[in-house]
Amino acid sequence: MKEQNNILIVDDEKIVRDSLLHWFEEEGYNVDTAEDGETALKKYEKGKYDLLLVDMKMPGMSGIDLLTKVKGNDPDILVILITAFASVPTAITALKQGAYDYVTKPVDPDELAHLVKKALEQKSLKRENKILKENIDVITKPDNLIGESLQMKKIYELVSTVASADTTVMVRGESGTGKELVAKAIHINSKRKYFPIIPVNCGALAESILESELFGHEKGAFTGAQFKRKGKFEMADGGTLFLDEIATLSQKMQVELLRVLDTKQFSRVGGNQLIKSDFRLITATNQSLEDLVKEGKLREDLYYRLNVFTIHIPPLRERRDDIPILSHFFLHKFATVMNKPVKKISQGALDFLVKYDWPGNVRELENAIERAIVIGKGDTIKVENLPFHIASGNISTDTGEKSLAAVEKKYILQILNENNWNISRSATQLKIDRVTLYNKINKYSLRTAVEA
Amino acid sequence: MNIYIIPLELKNRTLLDSVFNELMTKFSAEIFIDYMQIPYENAHTDNRRQYYSTQIISNAINKLQHLNGKILLLTSLDLYVPALTYIFGEAQLGGKHSIVSACRLHEEFYSGLSNETLLIERTIKEALHELGHNFGLKHCDDWDCVMHSSPGIEEVDIKGKYYCRECSKAMPLKV
Repeated sequence: MKEQNNILIVDDEKIVRDSLLHWFEEEGYNVDTAEDGETALKKYEKGKYDLLLVDMKMPGMSGIDLLTKVKGNDPDILVILITAFASVPTAITALKQGAYDYVTKPVDPDELAHLVKKALEQKSLKRENKILKENIDVITKPDNLIGESLQMKKIYELVSTVASADTTVMVRGESGTGKELVAKAIHINSKRKYFPIIPVNCGALAESILESELFGHEKGAFTGAQFKRKGKFEMADGGTLFLDEIATLSQKMQVELLRVLDTKQFSRVGGNQLIKSDFRLITATNQSLEDLVKEGKLREDLYYRLNVFTIHIPPLRERRDDIPILSHFFLHKFATVMNKPVKKISQGALDFLVKYDWPGNVRELENAIERAIVIGKGDTIKVENLPFHIASGNISTDTGEKSLAAVEKKYILQILNENNWNISRSATQLKIDRVTLYNKINKYSLRTAVEA
Repeated sequence: MNIYIIPLELKNRTLLDSVFNELMTKFSAEIFIDYMQIPYENAHTDNRRQYYSTQIISNAINKLQHLNGKILLLTSLDLYVPALTYIFGEAQLGGKHSIVSACRLHEEFYSGLSNETLLIERTIKEALHELGHNFGLKHCDDWDCVMHSSPGIEEVDIKGKYYCRECSKAMPLKV
């Protein structure tokens, strides 16, 4: 159970007391109110409060007087003063008397939420630690990675190894293999899990928009910017920044990114203030970054900065064992969302699903199952519910070499992957002995997807 | 259990329909759109040029006593509560009424670029969030949960659009 902080709101205006009481209650705090300094003092002496939010101007005892009294009793008590009339001398007096901070009414909800949270975090790091530990069981995990194949088990091992290391990670794999899910799994298994993971698809945004997205902007930085906005670097503070399609970054953005990675400091667009952010970077790409470096399209220094620890996700055709389990997962997911009574997949349909090469990988499989549930009737997905190119048995999209050796190499690799590289089982299926299979593996330099 | 959506000064029909469809998809409750007129002029504050949300909820309580269930007011009015510059919504914790404003959820206020899809997604998140408060939920620590606190637009975008496992228990979701 989460340990709650106690807040006392002291303001002579009932309307202000009530709105703040309500607002802080939704935030999960225990909240009490007092209409003047004397009442507040009595409540303070009886109760145990972590933070006092005090109006500066009240009839009778002023906010500053109340601050002085409670600080005299407990120097660690947090007091934030609120005033409708800000002035430098009163701010100085308040801070000299030991106020944690000083805000002007009306205050941005965003600012107040962060101020109070930061104050309470500072007050007791030990207690914070305890709260976080207690929260472990409550926090739900993101969509789990799915798959029981040897390749996926290797990926789980890699995720678990790198998660705690706080190092930069690059996730590589074809489109639709689930690179973002791997990034989420790394984040949720790291010590940064209490902070958000911020995904940014670099390929989906024009350079100027991407700059504003990453760095944020000040009010009036450009036409239409009526309110200030924090950027993704800033929002990822404490957590993880996930940059997808990193290979599409322009040369200018590559330089900017490199600078932020080096200094962990930046300014919002249209602003001068330097902002610090502590985030972990995970990037993803489906392109060969090495080729891009050779072609001069990707800065070499950035490449080395990003390519610290790499996880390669194999395409679905190299882990066909996972297709049934994934198909059933999506079946359950979409049947629930669409409220349809579909419960199973016919053996015939499943055979086609397993044999198909899935150039669009897991995402294509997900779409195929969704479509099958939309158009299907009854409680079973049948062959005729699958997209034509899958159900017609057009299982190969390979337009590569047609020599006997190339075909033999491809077929042996396919059988090995289907059997999770179990040599005996693969040899039996190929109707050759194990020694011959070993010789073929050596001849064609075949390796598991993970080794590759 | 019934959930009523009451549009209040809301011209965007697509937005209203999208919130309605989302609630229909998610909840086992009966969802209705009710066009009952709720007075809101007395909630206007001249010097702020905004509307005091608690006053509007109070008006709704008086006007909608005959409705049995949860009542979500959906508006394009710019809302505030005293001491805060603005709010995206307000709800009676464990109560019957809530209000969500789409005003500051418009992307054009932040980037200058209109984005209807994003507006719909944000409004749905805030509607689910305020309804969560009506069902007694407080803010959740899970960033993937729609009940995560979102005092700024950035948090609205980051948090998830579903209830987490723990928060789901309080909601009348479809199984």
